[in-house]
Amino acid sequence: MSILTWTWILTGISFALYIYIAYASRAKSTGDFYAAEQSVPPVLNGMATGADWMSAASFISMAGLISFMGRDGSFYLMGWTGGYVLLAMLFGPYLRKYGKFTIPQFMADRYYSNTVRVLSLICAIFVSFTYVAGQMRGVGVVFSRFMGLSINMGVIVGMALVFFYATLGGMKGITYTQVAQYCVLICAYLIPAVFISMQLTGNPIPQLGMGSAVTADGAVMLQDPATQGKYLLDVLNGIQLDLGFKEYTSGLRPRIDVWFITMSLMIGTAGLPHILIRFFTVPKMRDARSSAGYALIFIALLYTTAPAISVFARTNFIKSVHNVKYEAAPSWFKNWEKTKLVAFQDKNGDGIMTIAKGAWDDPKSKNEVKIDQDIMVLANPEIAKLPNWVVGLIGAGGLAAALSTAAGLLLVISAAISHDLMKGILTPNMSESAELWWARGAAGVAVCIAGLFGIYPPGFVAQVVAFAFGLAAASFFPCILMGIFNKKANKEGALAGMAVGIVFVAAYIIYFKFVNPAVNNKDGWWFGISPEGIGTVGAALNFIVMYVVGKFTPEPPQEIQDLVGSLRYPGKLVVPPSAH
Amino acid sequence: MSVHATKELQAYWKENLVIIMVHLAIWFFVSFFCGIMVVDQLDAYMIGGFPIGFWFANQGSILTFVVLIWTYVYMMNKLDKKYDVHEG
Repeated sequence: MSILTWTWILTGISFALYIYIAYASRAKSTGDFYAAEQSVPPVLNGMATGADWMSAASFISMAGLISFMGRDGSFYLMGWTGGYVLLAMLFGPYLRKYGKFTIPQFMADRYYSNTVRVLSLICAIFVSFTYVAGQMRGVGVVFSRFMGLSINMGVIVGMALVFFYATLGGMKGITYTQVAQYCVLICAYLIPAVFISMQLTGNPIPQLGMGSAVTADGAVMLQDPATQGKYLLDVLNGIQLDLGFKEYTSGLRPRIDVWFITMSLMIGTAGLPHILIRFFTVPKMRDARSSAGYALIFIALLYTTAPAISVFARTNFIKSVHNVKYEAAPSWFKNWEKTKLVAFQDKNGDGIMTIAKGAWDDPKSKNEVKIDQDIMVLANPEIAKLPNWVVGLIGAGGLAAALSTAAGLLLVISAAISHDLMKGILTPNMSESAELWWARGAAGVAVCIAGLFGIYPPGFVAQVVAFAFGLAAASFFPCILMGIFNKKANKEGALAGMAVGIVFVAAYIIYFKFVNPAVNNKDGWWFGISPEGIGTVGAALNFIVMYVVGKFTPEPPQEIQDLVGSLRYPGKLVVPPSAH
Repeated sequence: MSVHATKELQAYWKENLVIIMVHLAIWFFVSFFCGIMVVDQLDAYMIGGFPIGFWFANQGSILTFVVLIWTYVYMMNKLDKKYDVHEG
């Protein structure tokens, strides 16, 4: 069967499964809709968190991105996993003990202020919309590349599916669908990696394969007998140097910038509302800890495989394209040329494809081959000559990754409108069934807006992803942390800290990305910190301002300090121990 | 709440804070220190085909994160029992 047939079959089966699960676990109460009745077993919550977390970008783009960056790409790997250590120890268990449904609600209760609630819900909605725009586009892109639909048609199909299970099932429907989506996406990611690792190094574990030596079969695959017996990373380093790049295992970015980006991504992860609310769904405080542990195991499976794919794919790609006659180009190269992810421009007219430093369409560069980062994952199975069903699986996996993340984000937006804005502030006397209708309605409207972002992608989407993490790092992270670990943190401090953090990060990013992009380089940045890493500084400012303002303003009321005390202990402790 | 129970719970919280500090120190060490600050110095040594600094930045730090969460889960479950606050 052809790749197209396999893709349709596998995607069709997986979609039918998602719809069945969503129908079977539809929400009946607001508790169901916002927090799945706090009845999700920790292992399943871990899987759902993994699917929530791993987006279209993680699945399709990350390995390719890293393959171009070498060691510099490691800030994505560490930054997008290290946040779970913080979640497990600093946030998860205490938020579970608090047990309510949304992050703006926690902020409002802890800082006894509706102004904090409004500020938080605006941040939550902004961060989630920023993030969801890329997901719907990702759905469209996968449909168009693998199944021949137009991108817009793909976005509409994706919208219809998410609309169905997010409005019907709420958190409960989303959770169990995400469990299935995790299984689909991780199989799709691991199977090609395992095969390629075996072919190149004889080791079925890609994480070990990337540090192993090339076997005789591997040398045949790379069409270079001299590589046999050499470590794969040494082979790749040699190729890189021959083509005029830096060694793959070395870095170019200033270390201070890598440090700040890694920190910003970690604390940004721990401040993202769609991840934080997952901890409300488990039965107990100790389940919140272990579900963070399961989540990171499931996430690490993909995140430790990604750098291996980067190494395999880059070595394979260069070896099978560089210095090869265009007429003799491998069939996958010709196939993917139609999608414009790869292209060849014969600058010197010798009919031979040359890969070198610089842009393929820059007349000054010797480089004649366009390589889009996404090709490294999407075409990987074809490059390794794997069977057609494996290629089809990649399409289903990419869709699972994009849809699961989109659904989690839409739920945050819907809850912020129905629970925080309507029930919390505008119409507190609303009945539960009215609130549930608001929640479904808001989810429906949010899906449509997200779909519009997918069909008419605003040009700045790629630019504002740094915004989502920077904002989460500079607003939610410090306030939630202090809210749990410092009983004296008060309303005035939190408001001032959030305001300073948000304004600083927004100003820095807007200045370098939009106002004066000409100086957006390491000589223009303050202390060599890029806009991607500025969230770390914003968070530090928030902490300092919150502490100083808190010193000069009244401490929180006793009942708030007691509430904080009660968050720290498991069990049915109603009267919290007071420090007085 | 008796005065005794209050003191017990404060001791529980203090022990929790110490456990968190130790875990976060290791978290910082493997990622920010080994994977970023001294990565070039560590790259002078190899494990198998991996330069050690590169390995920490690509794999080692993530594997350590997983182990850290699970040792925290284990130690806190023990602590919950020690202070008799564990959930049924």
